[in-house]
Amino acid sequence: MSVYKPLTGAQATAEAMRQINPDVVAAYPITPQTPIVEFFAEFVANGLVDTEMIPVESEHSALSCVVGAAAAGARAMCATSSQGLALMWEIVAATPGLRLPIVMPVVNRALSTPINIHCDHSDTMGTLTIGWVQIYSENAQEAYENVFLALKIAEHPDVLLPVMVMQDGFITGHGVENVKVLDDAVVKEFVGQRNPDRYLLDLEHPYTIGPLALPDFYYEVKRQQEEAIERAKEVYLRAGEELAKITGNTYPYFEEYKSDDAEAVIVILNSAAGTAKDAIDELRAEGRKVGLIKPKLFRPFPYKEYREVLKDKKVIGVLDRSISFGSYAPVYAEIRNALFELDHRPAMQSYIYGLGGRDIFKSEIKNVFEELLSGNVDSEKQKYIGLRG
Amino acid sequence: MADKTGWKDLMRGGDLPPATSREYKTGSWRSLRPVLDLSNCIHCMICVAYCPDMCIPVVRSEEGVVGRNGRIYKGLVRLETDFDYCKGCGICAEECPTDCIKMVREEVVETSSK
Repeated sequence: MSVYKPLTGAQATAEAMRQINPDVVAAYPITPQTPIVEFFAEFVANGLVDTEMIPVESEHSALSCVVGAAAAGARAMCATSSQGLALMWEIVAATPGLRLPIVMPVVNRALSTPINIHCDHSDTMGTLTIGWVQIYSENAQEAYENVFLALKIAEHPDVLLPVMVMQDGFITGHGVENVKVLDDAVVKEFVGQRNPDRYLLDLEHPYTIGPLALPDFYYEVKRQQEEAIERAKEVYLRAGEELAKITGNTYPYFEEYKSDDAEAVIVILNSAAGTAKDAIDELRAEGRKVGLIKPKLFRPFPYKEYREVLKDKKVIGVLDRSISFGSYAPVYAEIRNALFELDHRPAMQSYIYGLGGRDIFKSEIKNVFEELLSGNVDSEKQKYIGLRG
Repeated sequence: MADKTGWKDLMRGGDLPPATSREYKTGSWRSLRPVLDLSNCIHCMICVAYCPDMCIPVVRSEEGVVGRNGRIYKGLVRLETDFDYCKGCGICAEECPTDCIKMVREEVVETSSK
């Protein structure tokens, strides 16, 4: 039976990991991901899991351990944030090519410099091109459930790729919420056992993993990887249907909040979507036709599906919690891309907000809607919310 | 890897069957060849342990082989280096306690053997 527990996002993630009971966890504590590792280490110390937990000296070693364990046949997990993700980058880039189904919760935090421990999305947005499946979570509940979803996608034979599950540092990671926690036995049945078709500890069937591939083969291996992440799109939906049966929630590519008949729609990731929903409720009470699209699956990116829901909108504002220096912001660029095939495209505006943990307020989101509805938009000009002029 | 398989037919992730390195004859990289004087060898196995390419074969010999000072060495003995894989790094020559391995330029070895 499911029970409600007061949990932080990090605690809810650790709880999901406890219920998965992975064979190996190797992680290095880094703010604001630290409590995930702390709570999980407590589960290990108290004998609540069978996991071999490896204390490592850096994130580079953490993901290296997890890669080794996954190649050996184990179900292995990691977790990190910001500078940790940056330090493990070499292995982050290597993992998708090795086709290892590793699930790694990432608690979003601004990248140095200047050094900062608070939330923005510059850490994970920096990894978009290297082949991890990415799922973003608005709150602790989503962060908890998305770990199970991620595991199903990662280990699906059509995919076999690593998956990152994001939540906002401090806002979600350290904020206590009422989280509906599934029954241990229900999760155990849902996640089952990892059943790899080949693994290094299978001594009867040796094989070579991660060999050199020069110009005559590298290209073909990468083409396979692209096929796998494309297949993850469909697998995400099917895994979501399966998960829905035990959680009662749904797992679409993106959440549509009062966007059906909306004239102005904003697109916003993670926790700020919660703030936006409140702003939308208040504007709707005044009769304003405004709505929200909250991306959940960000890699692979479901372009067609976005185009379908956004094609008839008058105006779209995309709010990014990171800058893609010298180019359009990451979420804005994708939404803009998705609309290319339309004959009549909605007006668009790109906004940056919340860098380094700068708060975003309901009033600011309402101002965004006012601006969008006023028609004062320029699809080529980036605007900045909450920035001192 | 001689056949040029298309991306759909390659093993996932570029994985390969085991022991494919046997097919990769790194001996062609060699410019210096370790020339072994077996008559001065004490079969101490130091070269075997240091060889980074594991290309010094070892066998068990009950009848023994003649080595340093005409002595018969029985038990584990080393054989001639496997030149299919030896890259000519010279570590064996550097480590040999009896100096019975000399690194000689390949073209010199080739000329003198003709």
